[in-house]
Amino acid sequence: MLVAGVDVGSTGTKAALLDENKKVRALALVDTGANVVRAAERAFREALAIAGLEEWDVAFTVGTGYGRYRVPFGDTQITEISCHAKGACFLFPQTRTILDMGGQDTKAIRVSETAEVKDFSMNDKCAAGTGRFLTAAAQVLNLGLDDLASIASESKKPLKISNVCTVFVEQEIMMHLAKGCAVEDVLAGVHSAIAGRSIALLRRVGLEPEITFTGGVARNRAMVTALEERLKVKLNVAPESQHIGAIGAALFAWERAAHGEVGKTRANSNGSAERDQGRSLT
Amino acid sequence: MNFVVGVDVGTRMTRALVMDETGDERGRICQATGARLEVAAQQTLEELCVRHGIDRNLIVYVASTGYGRYRVPFRQIQITEMTCHAVGALRQFPGTRTVLDVGAMNSRALRIAENGRVVAFRMNDRCASGAGRFLERVAKSLEIELEQIGTLSLRAQDPQAISSICAVLAESEVINHVTAGKPVEDILRGAHNSIAERVVALVRQVGAQPEITVTGGVTRNVGMVAALEERLGSRVNVSADSEYAGALGAAILARQRWQRLQETSSSPERATA
Repeated sequence: MLVAGVDVGSTGTKAALLDENKKVRALALVDTGANVVRAAERAFREALAIAGLEEWDVAFTVGTGYGRYRVPFGDTQITEISCHAKGACFLFPQTRTILDMGGQDTKAIRVSETAEVKDFSMNDKCAAGTGRFLTAAAQVLNLGLDDLASIASESKKPLKISNVCTVFVEQEIMMHLAKGCAVEDVLAGVHSAIAGRSIALLRRVGLEPEITFTGGVARNRAMVTALEERLKVKLNVAPESQHIGAIGAALFAWERAAHGEVGKTRANSNGSAERDQGRSLT
Repeated sequence: MNFVVGVDVGTRMTRALVMDETGDERGRICQATGARLEVAAQQTLEELCVRHGIDRNLIVYVASTGYGRYRVPFRQIQITEMTCHAVGALRQFPGTRTVLDVGAMNSRALRIAENGRVVAFRMNDRCASGAGRFLERVAKSLEIELEQIGTLSLRAQDPQAISSICAVLAESEVINHVTAGKPVEDILRGAHNSIAERVVALVRQVGAQPEITVTGGVTRNVGMVAALEERLGSRVNVSADSEYAGALGAAILARQRWQRLQETSSSPERATA
C-alpha cells in the first residue's frame, strides 16, 4: 500500500509518498507557477516516477497548502496547519512549537503531546517576515536564493533593516548598497529582520520547546542561525523540512487508508485489482 | 535676474522646478531617483539648468522636499513634503481644501486652510499598500507597461476584487485571476480600486472638504484618477502639472524665504546687529 500527500504552496508544490510502514518512498518538488492544477499533477507524477510506481498503487491522497482544493486527484483536503503539525511531530516527536516559513506566509503553531493543534498564528495581512522577503533581497542583489545563506554568514557587522514592508525593503537595500555597505552585512540584516518578525509570531502561541522549523526557508542555514541566536535554543530542522507539510498530508492519508478507505486514483483505474495481480505474477 | 529652485526628491522620481525672482515659472524637469539621492538631486539640477538655459550661479535659493530632502547637498532649506504639496496644490487650484498626494511609496491626505496651512493630515508610510508601487508590481506581474495600465483599466466590464492590501501578496492574486481567465482590464481596475479604497480611507480620516486636489506621480494615471473619483463620489482637481505640486510648492516657499532674507539684510538695524 502506498499513500500520497500533495502540498500546493504559493511558491513550491511538494509531493510525498509513504508506504504501509510510513516510510518515505519518494519526495518531489516543482514550482507552483500560475497553473496550480498542473503543478499538483507534476509533483505527484514526479514522486511516482521516483518510487517507480503507478497512480493506481496509491490508496489515498490528501491535498494541503493554499492550493489544496485544486488537486484534482486528491481524496480529501486538510489544512497546512494540521499537516505541518502532523509531519513535524512524526519526524521530531518532542515538537511542541512549529515555525513554518514558506514562500509567502509564515505560521507559528503550538501542538500537544499527541500532535494536536492547540493554537496558531500567521501573517495574513502581508508578506513581511516570509520567504518573499528573501526573494526580494535576492532579486535586488541579483543573487540566487540559494546563495543568500552562505553570503550572509560571512557578515561581521549585520546592518539593521528598519522597514517591515517587503516592497520598501528593496529600496532600503539599494540605499545601503549605494552608501557602500557590504552585501553580506545587508543580507545578515535581512535574515535578522525576518527572524525578528517570526519570533513575534512564535511568542503569540507561546515558545514551548522543542521548536521544529519547517517550510522552504528552513533550508536556509543563515535563517536557522539567526533564529537560534535570538531564541537561544536549538531548532529541529529536518533535511526534508520543505516536504514536512506533504509528509504530514501523506500521514493523514495513511490513517484513512488504514481504515479501509480507498481513494479515487485507485478506484478509478479500471481493473486495478487485476493489474495488481498481473504484476505479482510477473 | 535671479532664480529660485524647488527640488522634490521622491522615492521613485526627482522633480525640480525653477522660478525667476518675479515668481514666474521658467522650467521643470523630472528624472528617475535611483539609489543615490545626492547624485539624483545634483543631476536633476544640472539638467534643469542646461535644458532651460539657466545660469547655475544665478540660482540664489534652493528648497528641497520629498523623502530625500536631507540629501540635497546644495539646498538652502529643507521643507516637509506636506507643506510643499499644500502650497503647490493651492497655487494650481486655489479652491483646494483637501490634498491627496499619492506617490510611489507613500500616500497622504491633508486638509488645508485658505492660506495653505496644513490643518490635519494622515499618511501611510509603513507599507506599499495604497501607493504607486502596488500598481508597479501589478503591471509587472501582468507584463504590461506602467504607462498603459490606467487607460486599460478604464475598459473594465467586470472589475475583479483584489482582497490583499499587501503589494506582494496582491501579485499572487493577480496571477490567480489571470489563471482563471479574467480579462486584464478587469484585473487592472480591481488593482486601481484597491488603492483608491486605501487612499480614500486616509481622506475620510482628515475629514475631506471640497475641493479635493490630487498630487504626486500617480496623477499621471488616468485610471487611478477615475478610481479615486468613483470611490470619493466626487470630482477631483488634477492636471498635467499635478505631479509637480511638491516641487512647485518648494519653489514658491524658496522664493518667499529668499525675499524675506533680502528684506532683513537690507534693513539697517539688522545689518548692524
